[in-house]
Amino acid sequence: MSTRGKLGQTPSQTVGPYFAYGLTPQQYGYDFASIVTPCMAGPEVEGTHIHIAGCVFDGAAKPVNDAMIELWQADATGRYPGTDGVNNRFTGFGRCGTNADGGFFFDTIKPGIARPDDAPFINVTVMMRGLLLHAFTRIYFSDEVKANAHDPVLALVPAGRRSTLIADHHAAGKYRFDIHMQGPQETVFFDL
Amino acid sequence: MLDLNPRDWSSQPAYIDSGYRSTALRGPTRPLIPLKPALAALDGPVFGHEMIGALDGDLTRNGQRNGAPLGERIIVTGRLLDEDKRPVPGALIEIWQANAAGRYIHKVDQHPAPLDPNFFGGGRCLTDSEGRYRFLTIKPGAYPWGNHPNAWRPNHIHFSVFGRQFATRLVTQMYFPGDPLLTFDPIYNSSPENVRTRMVSSFSLDVTEEGFALGFVFDIVLRGTHSSVWEKA
Ligand SMILES: [Fe+3]
Repeated sequence: MSTRGKLGQTPSQTVGPYFAYGLTPQQYGYDFASIVTPCMAGPEVEGTHIHIAGCVFDGAAKPVNDAMIELWQADATGRYPGTDGVNNRFTGFGRCGTNADGGFFFDTIKPGIARPDDAPFINVTVMMRGLLLHAFTRIYFSDEVKANAHDPVLALVPAGRRSTLIADHHAAGKYRFDIHMQGPQETVFFDL
Repeated sequence: MLDLNPRDWSSQPAYIDSGYRSTALRGPTRPLIPLKPALAALDGPVFGHEMIGALDGDLTRNGQRNGAPLGERIIVTGRLLDEDKRPVPGALIEIWQANAAGRYIHKVDQHPAPLDPNFFGGGRCLTDSEGRYRFLTIKPGAYPWGNHPNAWRPNHIHFSVFGRQFATRLVTQMYFPGDPLLTFDPIYNSSPENVRTRMVSSFSLDVTEEGFALGFVFDIVLRGTHSSVWEKA
């Protein structure tokens, strides 16, 4: 593709270790309002309310205590907030920094699907000190076995690695989703 | 129908960089799985003016307790554009930085340089209809870090940017022209040599306000779009 006459894309840099007071201030007790939080859906939002928790691990299987996770998802009807006619007080966007144990959580709703062939999923962006370019992944759900089986994106992933994208439904309304940057369970990351 | 242009990998750092030690255990090692444009093109979150506080873009005032912060006042402004020079309006830009002494307010930062009781170091704004943003702040100081012996970060401001699409997300750092530390900084140098200078702001006497603050211009370029009509031909 010719790039003549085009401006060059700005390079990415790491988010570094000190993003917390700027990007997730309330969560860490700084005196600055957060523009987005891990609590994505109050009781007024329609849908099945769920809690997703997990940990970020580095290549030595050590928890990463300075990572930031962002979620972007459809509402219960499968439509993304901001789309024409979608206004149910659900922003669809969440952000959480990891704690001392590498943990993060989100309170949200289970996304719906826009196309019958899709399985419900959440878009995930991962950033941290030591990661020069953010990494994109997805959260699918272990209680959607049938839908996951025909999802076109999961089909692009080698069968042996699909489990890294599937949150474990371990209790009513609760899912576990860990992120492994490297190692035998390295999470599948996408080039979008 | 418009599709997002691909990420220009020749403009991006590698996930594992031998000079920046922390990347060794944190960068993904397996190839990314490409998503076809039709699966990937997705509008991102929308942010409104009601989410931005009156002083959020003025870092010289949003952390004041008993006076003005110390250091050189600077204006940092520029445009958020796509590759085809189209402005990206209404986009959220968040920044965070060290104070004039090179110290972050972050609880983990133990650099023995003074905190400034009147400087917080975080700010945000939305781009206007021409894609323009503007911050008033204090020039950040350089600070040491543990990557290698006598390692110092050049003066920089961290930027977090949302474009129109989910996939145009960008986190980067803005540097200052003529900084002698750039040569030695593994994070700056993680970017390919021919594109690094895109992260260096330029001094502007036009932006500089007489008797008040120096002006720096930093334009940010996100992936553009192209027509996908050819696919039907
Ligand atoms: Fe920094």
